[in-house]
Amino acid sequence: MPGTESPTLDPPNSKAATPRSAVKPKRRSGGATAEEMSQRQREISVSEFFAKNRHLLGFDNPRKALLTTVKEAVDNALDACEEAGILPSIRVALDPISETRYRVTVRDNGPGIVRKQIENVFGRLLYGSKFHRLKMSRGQQGIGISAAGMYGLMTTGRPVVILSRTRAKDPLHEVVLKMDTSRNRADIVSDTERPDEDGVFAEGHGTQVAIELEGKHLKGRQSVDEYLEQTAIANPHARIEYVQPSGETIVFERAVDELPPETEEIQPHPKGIELGTLIQMLERTEATQLGAFFKDEFCRVGPTVAKEISAKAGLSDRTWVKQVGHAEAERLYNAIQEVKVPAPPTSCVQAIGTKTLLSGLLKEVRGEFYAASTRPPAVYRGRPFIIEAAIAYGGDLAGDEPARVIRFANRVPLQYQQSACSSFKAVLETNWRIYGLSQPRSSVPVAPLVVMLHMASVWVPFTSESKEAIADYDEIRKEMRLALQECGRKLQTYLNRRRRMARQGERRSAFLRYIGEISRSCGELTGRDSKAVYDALMQQAESKTAEFDLILDDEGRVVDDGGSLAKDDGVVIVEARQAPIVRDGSGEAEEGDGTLFGDASAKAAGRSAARAAKKTRRRTS
Amino acid sequence: MATKKKAAASGGTATRAPARKASDAKTLERLVGLGEAVSSESIGGRDPFVDIPTRALSNTNWNRQRRILQMGDASQRRNLFNLGQARKFMQTLLIASGCKELIEQGKTLSLRSMYYKTLHTIAGTREKTFSGQEESDPIIEDLEVAMGSLREELHVFASERGKVVGNLTIIDSGDEIDLRRMGTGGYAIPSIVEPSVIRFGKCEAKFILHVEKGTVWARFNEDRFWQKHNCILIEGGGQPPRGVRRLLRRMHEELRLPVYCLLDCDPWGHYIYSVIKQGSMNLAFESERMAIPEAKFIGIRAGDYQRYGLSDDVQIALSDRDIARAKQIAEYPWFEGKAWQKEIQALLRNGFKMEVESLITKGISFVTETYVPQKLSEKDWIE
Repeated sequence: MPGTESPTLDPPNSKAATPRSAVKPKRRSGGATAEEMSQRQREISVSEFFAKNRHLLGFDNPRKALLTTVKEAVDNALDACEEAGILPSIRVALDPISETRYRVTVRDNGPGIVRKQIENVFGRLLYGSKFHRLKMSRGQQGIGISAAGMYGLMTTGRPVVILSRTRAKDPLHEVVLKMDTSRNRADIVSDTERPDEDGVFAEGHGTQVAIELEGKHLKGRQSVDEYLEQTAIANPHARIEYVQPSGETIVFERAVDELPPETEEIQPHPKGIELGTLIQMLERTEATQLGAFFKDEFCRVGPTVAKEISAKAGLSDRTWVKQVGHAEAERLYNAIQEVKVPAPPTSCVQAIGTKTLLSGLLKEVRGEFYAASTRPPAVYRGRPFIIEAAIAYGGDLAGDEPARVIRFANRVPLQYQQSACSSFKAVLETNWRIYGLSQPRSSVPVAPLVVMLHMASVWVPFTSESKEAIADYDEIRKEMRLALQECGRKLQTYLNRRRRMARQGERRSAFLRYIGEISRSCGELTGRDSKAVYDALMQQAESKTAEFDLILDDEGRVVDDGGSLAKDDGVVIVEARQAPIVRDGSGEAEEGDGTLFGDASAKAAGRSAARAAKKTRRRTS
Repeated sequence: MATKKKAAASGGTATRAPARKASDAKTLERLVGLGEAVSSESIGGRDPFVDIPTRALSNTNWNRQRRILQMGDASQRRNLFNLGQARKFMQTLLIASGCKELIEQGKTLSLRSMYYKTLHTIAGTREKTFSGQEESDPIIEDLEVAMGSLREELHVFASERGKVVGNLTIIDSGDEIDLRRMGTGGYAIPSIVEPSVIRFGKCEAKFILHVEKGTVWARFNEDRFWQKHNCILIEGGGQPPRGVRRLLRRMHEELRLPVYCLLDCDPWGHYIYSVIKQGSMNLAFESERMAIPEAKFIGIRAGDYQRYGLSDDVQIALSDRDIARAKQIAEYPWFEGKAWQKEIQALLRNGFKMEVESLITKGISFVTETYVPQKLSEKDWIE
């Protein structure tokens, strides 16, 4: 780099000992002077910085770039719809242009974007409505979608094409944009107004963004497909249509017709700010006295608390804000830490809710038992947050693999850096063994299990700009653990119940099988009719396993009242996916489960075939 | 087996049938009693059961006075309405009714045949009554102890093992067999050697030499040891089966012959000796009819290595398992005698075991011409 000093050529041992005056410092001939260097020093635009450091934003490799692009566009679309009070309908299409190039088109039915804001929203980095406020939303910094456009331009040279329509009576805007990274501005390539002849926006409003970029599409973990599936789990109020590169369309249907409740914007909580922020706020405030400053700029600070803070800092609530210098600000900051301030209001965070969570999980994960738990709001660094956990167990899930952990922050799936994420660590440190699952040391349980964790907050502490992992805060980890434990306890109740029922079933079938042999042997030994013994034993067997009768109907199907779990809103049991409990040896034998405690795999296979027939996902080509 | 019975019936002896009949009647009575008890419990609305005396070390007592192992009073109740016991309960009754049929028809079956006799698929299922002979054998032993009847009394016998030659005539099911004229093969000892099957005829022998296995026995037989030393030579194929043990006991008791054992110098050899002497833990209930408390152990002794100047080559290093077993045996109360404690310590000190065959290194017939005669004349044995 031009500004770097050339390394000293002195031998290392003489370096410190030699007095500076004794040897004239060597200088490479032709080295730059301060004046020359100053000509090269200039401001680096944010967009230039990110152009060089695109991995920070999640564009490390073609596969991830494709995912990040889809993700940023879909997150924006969902945010826009929800803010406008519209149930989101989103269409995502991946068109392969060549083997390494894709066109990503994301369309929503949101409110659209007014014409003059289009270039700002899509063409500038760090431009957005979400950075400056403390409100729960998917996007936070306003980097995402414009960075995706920039990446597309850099790798393919193709501009971003935006369609937007705000009202049915207004025309449709088609804007083609090219990013100018040095100015952090967008150049308009073309700008046309036309009627929506193709019916792009069926509801008369919406936004569509198309970006061509170098990408790679693979299915499986960390894919676009997985992202959309998980988005559907956390956002069951959205309908998502996904046109795969193959041309096949997958539809993630809407499961609830209610929008998530709106969240309020809040002002910062005094405990959550840092000294620098405090100084900045003092500089910018319109309030003239300290008392008003605290009351206006922070939440949960009334006159009494404002007075207390000021007094602790050796000032008064009447002190002029202008007279507060650095030293006073520091005293104020320390005073804030000592003073008791009520926790921030929690109206600004909204949980997905156990019911919605369960319906999302239910439609995308094929388990037999589902439990969810929503923790009450808690606070880290003055920022309120809510942790939710949900689990799906059994059914079609593979039992011999480590459990799958799916993580969300403000309803957005987190797909990378699993092991760095607080959520994943919380799953690891939960002792699942006590709930009846097997768990290798410092690992996730090995069970037919999907664990889902969601953090909702006005500001989710990510470990990096690419928003992949939640940073470690004790308060957050603790809430996660508690939520997981609640789910675990429900699972334990369920498993115990199933085991008890299976045991009863085994008992009865064993007794019934053997009674015939026993009474016949008895008859042979005593030389008398064995009927009396047979009848007496049958009667005993039935009364001894009477508990089993209560929960089975005539076909041997479980009619389970579910016990305490049935009354729990945070639990769903899908009976059709439960492995059947073997009831009666004599009836089942012909169907092919010969051994006493044998499984009834044949039956289960028949059921899964029936299930496949009524799959919720429709596939069209 | 049927042929044997037939021979007995035709060649028959007058004394045999009544003895057998009496014991059969007693056994039958017990089996019917079992059926009656289960029936009345069932009809009375109670969980039917069979009490089975425990066959384990914990329930084995060392009768110091009589110097035999005896079974204690502990027993386990086997219920029908207990998931872990239901199958075994069913099997116990199946075997019982099978035995009853055998007794009534006057036939005998081997353990394996008994397994086949009671084997079938339970009606309406694909479950078999027994999944293998290893499941039915313990049930037969359970029934023996539960009924207080011997296996022979239940008309079941184990596989045959062991041979005998010597200066003795026996009558097996009416056939007179001269044990002096058995060639190189010897007389195969049947598993049932009760007086109803085998009676003793003319006997000149003065003692019995029991050796551990067939190879050693063949050496002694080829050298006509029994002829030269006027004895009976018997072999049990390792751990002697009941037939061999019962025959030893009968010869010892009825013919008043002392028993000398020539076994390997290792924990397993020691245990074989103890089984002959005071009975096994598994069959402690039969000790009274099997044990020979006066049996003597003449070798191989740990000290023989030095005494006979055997070469290093005969040493077989003790494995960890051998050492553990030796220490375990040293703990058994019936090995608490000084001589035995010393012997086991010497074995452990040596750190190696020796087989009887190791004496071959001193000469092919060293064991028959020098070793055993010397030990017997010097009365060099332990007990």
